[in-house]
Amino acid sequence: MTEPLVRVTGLHKSFGSLEVLKGVDLEIGAGEVVVVFGRSGSGKSTFLRCINFLEDPTMGTIEVAGIKIAAGSPTRFRRKQIQSLRKTCGMVFQQFNLFPHMSVLDNVMEAPRRISGDSAKDVKDHAMALLADVGLADKAAEYPIRLSGGQQQRVAIARALAMKPQVMLFDEPTSALDPELIHEVLSVMRSLAKDHSTTMIVVTHEMGFAREVASRMCFFHEGVILEQGAPEMMFDGSRLPETQRFLNAVM
Amino acid sequence: MSNTPTVEAVPHQRHGLAESLEIASLKVPFRIKVALVWLVIGGLLLVGFLKSGFDIAWMGDHAAAIVKAVWVTIAFSIIAIACAVGLALLGALGRVSRNPIAYGVSGFYTSFFRGTPLIVQLFLWYLALPQLALGLLPEQYATWFIWPAQVAGIVGIAFNYGAYMTEIFRSGIEAVPHGQAEAAAALGMSSGQQMRRIILPQATRIVIPPTGNEFIAMMKDTALIGLLGTTLLWADPFRMAQLSGKADFRNLEALIAAALVYWGLTAVFSIFQRKLEERMGRGYVRQSKAKT
Repeated sequence: MTEPLVRVTGLHKSFGSLEVLKGVDLEIGAGEVVVVFGRSGSGKSTFLRCINFLEDPTMGTIEVAGIKIAAGSPTRFRRKQIQSLRKTCGMVFQQFNLFPHMSVLDNVMEAPRRISGDSAKDVKDHAMALLADVGLADKAAEYPIRLSGGQQQRVAIARALAMKPQVMLFDEPTSALDPELIHEVLSVMRSLAKDHSTTMIVVTHEMGFAREVASRMCFFHEGVILEQGAPEMMFDGSRLPETQRFLNAVM
Repeated sequence: MSNTPTVEAVPHQRHGLAESLEIASLKVPFRIKVALVWLVIGGLLLVGFLKSGFDIAWMGDHAAAIVKAVWVTIAFSIIAIACAVGLALLGALGRVSRNPIAYGVSGFYTSFFRGTPLIVQLFLWYLALPQLALGLLPEQYATWFIWPAQVAGIVGIAFNYGAYMTEIFRSGIEAVPHGQAEAAAALGMSSGQQMRRIILPQATRIVIPPTGNEFIAMMKDTALIGLLGTTLLWADPFRMAQLSGKADFRNLEALIAAALVYWGLTAVFSIFQRKLEERMGRGYVRQSKAKT
C-alpha cells in the first residue's frame, strides 16, 4: 500500500472530565470511502471534527496529505499549519451551514476567491462547474434560504469541493433532511465516490449507502473503533455483539 | 321562562344608549381612534399654551433660527455616530478576543464609560483632559488636548455611545450561529477572514435596529454639548432656544420650538431606519415580498 492520505494516531479527546475519544488509530488511503457509524455519543462526530481540528485533540497526531500536526497549544505557527491542513479537507455539516448573506454562487466562490490564488475567472468557472455537477447551476443567483434542505446540502458539498480538497469529511450529511430529500444528497455523494474516486470519510446512519459505496466501515463504540472491515464483512451477521446490536437497531 | 330564546327579542330588550355607542364605536377603525386621541392631546396642549399667553407671533419670528440650528445637531450626530461605530467595532472585537490586552482594554472602556454619567464625561474631556495634558506633557503638545466645546462634546458622546454600542456589537457577533465560523474555518479561512467575511456581515444585520435606537438617543444627547458653552455658530437648537428664549423671556415658546425640532428629526430618522432594515433583510426572506 502506498503512503496513506489520512493517518490518525493515538487520538484522544476529552471535554472537561468526559473522555469522548479514548485512543483512535486509523489510516485511510487515497480513493477510499470510509463510513464511520455507531451510537450517538460514541465519539464518531468528534473523531471527524478532530481530523480538521474543529475540535482540538487532547492527545495524538493527525496527518492529512503530508501535513502532520500533533495535539498541542494554539501557537501562531500551529494555527497556520492547521489552516493549511484544512485546505486539504472539505467538510460537509449536518446543518449545511451555508452563508445566508451570500448567493449560492458566492458561497461556493468565497473561500477559493480569498485563499486559492486562482484567477477570478477560474474560480467562477470552477464554481459553476461544481454547481452543475450537483445539479444546481440554475440556482447560482439564489440565496440559500430559498432552497430546500437537500439543495442546500448539495450547495454545501459544492462549496467544500471548491477548494479542491484531497479528502471530504461528511458529518451526518443527511440527518437534518426530510426523508424524501435524502436520496438527492446521497446520489451526489455516490457519484463523488464512484465517478471521481474522491477520498471520503462519512459519518452516517445510512446503512444502504454504506453497503453500496463504502470501501471500509468503522464501528465506533465508547470512544474507540471497536470493529472495522469491508461492508460485506460488516453485514454478514457475524460481528461482535455491540456491532450486531447496533446494526439490527438501524436496519 | 321559555327555553327557546327568540333570536330577535333579546337584542331589542337590551338596546340602551351605552350599547348603541359601543356598536357605533366598533365600526370605527382602531387607527382612527388612536389618531383622535393624539388630536385631543394636541388640542388640549394648544389650548393650555394659548390660555397661558403663548406668543405665536414671537415663535414665528424666532423659530427659524432655532430650526436652522438643526444642521448642527445633524452634523454632530453623524460625526459622533461614525466615531462611535468605529469604537464599538474595536471594542466588540476586543470583547470576543482571547488576547488579554484587547479583552482587558475593551473591558475597562465599557466599564468606565457605561459606569459614569455622560455629562460628567463631557466635562472630563472639556476641562479635565487639558489639565491632565498640561501636567504630563510639554506645553506645545499639551495644547493638542485643549479642545473647543463642540470637539470635546462630540468626542465625549462618541466614546460614551461607543461603549454602549460595544455591548450591542458584541452580542450581535455572538448571535451569529457557531456553525458559520466553523464552516468558514473548515474551508481554510483565517480567523480574520472568518470575522470580516462571514461573522461581521451577519452581525451587522442583527445590530442595525438597536444601533438605530442608539443613534436616535444620541441625536437628542447632542443637546448636552450646549452646556459646555459654545459659540453661536455651533449652537444647536436647544442652545439657540435658551439664548433667544432667555433674552425675550419667552422660554416656553423657544423650548417648545427646540423640542419640536428634535422630535421631528427622530421621526424622520425612524422612517429611514425602517427602510434600512428592509434592505438588510435580503437573503433572509423566502418570498420577495411577504404580504401580511
